[in-house]
Amino acid sequence: MTNVEATSIYGEIAGKKLFLLLLIASAIVLTVIVDVMTGPAPLSLGEVVSTILSPASNDQSFYVIVWTFRLPVALMAVVIGAALGLAGAVMQTILNNPLASPYTLGISSAAGFGAALAVVFGMGVVPFADAVLVTGNAFVFALLCCMMIYAVARLKRASSETLVLAGIAVLFMFDSLLMLLQYLGNPEQVQAIVFWMFGSLTKATWTKLGIMAVGLLASVLIIMVDAWKLTTLRLGEDKAKGLGVNVERLRLKGFILISVLTATSVAFVGSIGFVGLVVPHIARMLVGEDHRFFLPLSALTGALMLSAASILSKNVVPGIIFPIGVLTSLIGIPFFVWLIFSRKRGYW
Amino acid sequence: MKLEVRQLTFGYRTVPVLKDVCIDAGPMVTAVIGPNAAGKSTLLKCLSGILKPEGSILLDGKDLKEYKSDELLQAVSYLPQDSASNAALTVFEAVLLGRLNSLGWTVTDEDLSLTLDALEKLGIEGLAKRPLNELSGGQKQMVSIAQSIIRKPGVLLMDEPTNSLDLQHQLELFDVIRTITEDNNMTTVVALHDLNLAARYADNIILLNCGKIEAMGSPGSVITEDMIRTVYGVNARVTIDNEGIPQIIPINSTRYCGPGK
Ligand SMILES: Nc1ncnc2c1ncn2[C@@H]1O[C@H](COP(=O)(O)OP(=O)(O)OP(=O)(O)O)[C@@H](O)[C@H]1O
Ligand SMILES: [Mg+2]
Repeated sequence: MTNVEATSIYGEIAGKKLFLLLLIASAIVLTVIVDVMTGPAPLSLGEVVSTILSPASNDQSFYVIVWTFRLPVALMAVVIGAALGLAGAVMQTILNNPLASPYTLGISSAAGFGAALAVVFGMGVVPFADAVLVTGNAFVFALLCCMMIYAVARLKRASSETLVLAGIAVLFMFDSLLMLLQYLGNPEQVQAIVFWMFGSLTKATWTKLGIMAVGLLASVLIIMVDAWKLTTLRLGEDKAKGLGVNVERLRLKGFILISVLTATSVAFVGSIGFVGLVVPHIARMLVGEDHRFFLPLSALTGALMLSAASILSKNVVPGIIFPIGVLTSLIGIPFFVWLIFSRKRGYW
Repeated sequence: MKLEVRQLTFGYRTVPVLKDVCIDAGPMVTAVIGPNAAGKSTLLKCLSGILKPEGSILLDGKDLKEYKSDELLQAVSYLPQDSASNAALTVFEAVLLGRLNSLGWTVTDEDLSLTLDALEKLGIEGLAKRPLNELSGGQKQMVSIAQSIIRKPGVLLMDEPTNSLDLQHQLELFDVIRTITEDNNMTTVVALHDLNLAARYADNIILLNCGKIEAMGSPGSVITEDMIRTVYGVNARVTIDNEGIPQIIPINSTRYCGPGK
C-alpha cells in the first residue's frame, strides 16, 4: 500500500541526507590524495594516483614515499578522525549533553595518564611489550574513566550538568596525576610523555592502522544496529522506555564502545582534542539526528576534518610537521565559538 | 481492551507512593485527577510497564508481567508528562519513531503511510517537514500525541496531554482522543489537572489523593463541591449544566495566604 504523498515527503527528507553523506565521503578521497601529495618531496596528482593504483609499475622512490611513509599517515588521519567523531556523537546522545566528548569528559586524559604510567614504570622493564603495554594501559584507564562517569550518571536524577561536572572532575584528576608522573619521571621519560601527549600521526604504521580500522569498523557495525533506539533516546528517556528501549543497556553498550574507540585512538596517536566535540554538532546541523545518517556523517566529518588538519600540519611551518593535536584545538576553538554564536536553532 | 488493576502498591524508595490501588477501566476515556504529587504519573508509569509495582495489572485478563515486551508495546502506548524534545528531527521522523518496534533498517511503505495517517488524524500534516525544535510547545505536544497513536494501541496512557495547548487545541485534542478511542475501541487513561475538561470529556473519573483512590465513577458523582474542598483545599461552586455535565468555578483556597497574622 504505497502512499505517494508519504513517500514523497520522506523521500525529500532522506534524500538530502544521503546526498550529504556521499558529498563528504568524496571530499575525503580528495583530501587523502592531497595529503599524500604534500610533504618534503611534493608529488604530483598523477604520480600519487598511479602509485596508489599500481604500486609495482612505478618508480621505487615514489613507492617508498607513498606506501611506506605517507599513505599510512593519511589513512590514519581518516580512521582516527572517524573514530573520534563517532565516539563524540554517541556520547552526546547517550548522556543527552551537547558538551560531552571523549576530550571534555576526561577520557583522553585518563588514557594519556595510563600511557604515561606505562612509559614511566613499564618501559624498559618489558622491552618487547612497549607498544602493547602503553596501548593496553591507555585503554584500561579510558575504560575506568568511562565507568566513573557512568556511575555518576546512574545516580538517581543526575542531571546532564552533574555529568559534565563529574567529567571535568575526572579530567582534572587525571591531568594532575599526569603532571605528577612527569615530575617523577626522568628527562627522557618526560620527553616521551610530552611527545606522546601532543598527538602526532607520524607514529602511524600499517599494523596500527589495521587494528584501528578493524576496531572502527566493528564499532560502527555494533552501534548502527541500535541507530533507531539512539534516535528515540533523543526524545527523552521516559519516552524511549515507553517505546520499549532498554535505556540502561543501551547506555552501557555505548559507553563500552566509546572507551574502546577513544582508548585505541589516544593510544596510537596521542590526544587530539575538539574533533569529538565539534564534529557531532556539525553533523547534527547538516543531517539532523536520525542516527542512521547522523552517526555515519559524524564519522565522515571527523575523518574529513582530521585529514584536512593533516595536510595543514605539513604546511604551517615549511619543513616541519606541526603537532596535529595542537592544530585541531587551535582551529577547533574559534570554529566552535563561531558555531555557538551563529547557531539559531536550539537543539538542546 | 479491559484493564484491571488489583492491589497495586508502589514506592520509589521505601515510602509508598501508590497504596492499594484498584481500578477497572474499559474501552472509554478514563481521567485520572488529583493534586500535585498525588501519584498520577507514577500510576501511568506502572500501567505502561516502565515501573514494576506490587499487585497485579491485568490486560484482557492476562497479567502485564506475562506479556512479552513486543506484545506489551503493541498493546500499550504511553505519552509521558513533559515529553517535549529538542531533537534535531523533522516532525515526520519523530512520528515515525512511534513505530520503533517494527522499524527495520530501511523504512517501509507501511511505516510511511501510517505516519502520514497519524499526522492527518491530528491535522498537523502541514508540519511534516518542519524540524521539531522550531515548533511551538503546543505543536510539539500534538507531535507527541501523533507518535503515541500511530501504533493503534489497545491501551493509551497520556500524562497531561493538554499541557501548553491553547483553549481551542485542548478541546480539539480531546475530540480527537474521544474519536480514536471510540473508533478503535481503545482504553484511554488520561492524567489531567483541568477538572472542567475531565468532566466534559471523560466517561469515568478516578480521583487520586496521596497515592490512594479517593473516588471513582461518573464525572457527576466524583466532582462535587465537597470533594474539591477536602482534596484540593479549594472552595468552589459546582453547577450541573443542561447536558448534565458538572461545571467547576473555583472561588478561593481554604488556606489563608495573605497579609496579616
Ligand atoms: N523518580 C522518582 N524518584 C523518587 N520519587 C519520585 C520519583 N518520581 C516521583 N516521585 C515522588 O512520587 C510522588 C508522586 O509523584 P507523581 O509524579 O506520580 O505525582 P503526580 O500526581 O503526577 O504530580 P503532578 O500533578 O505534579 O504531575 C511525589 O511525592 C514525588 O516526589
Ligand atoms: Mg505528573
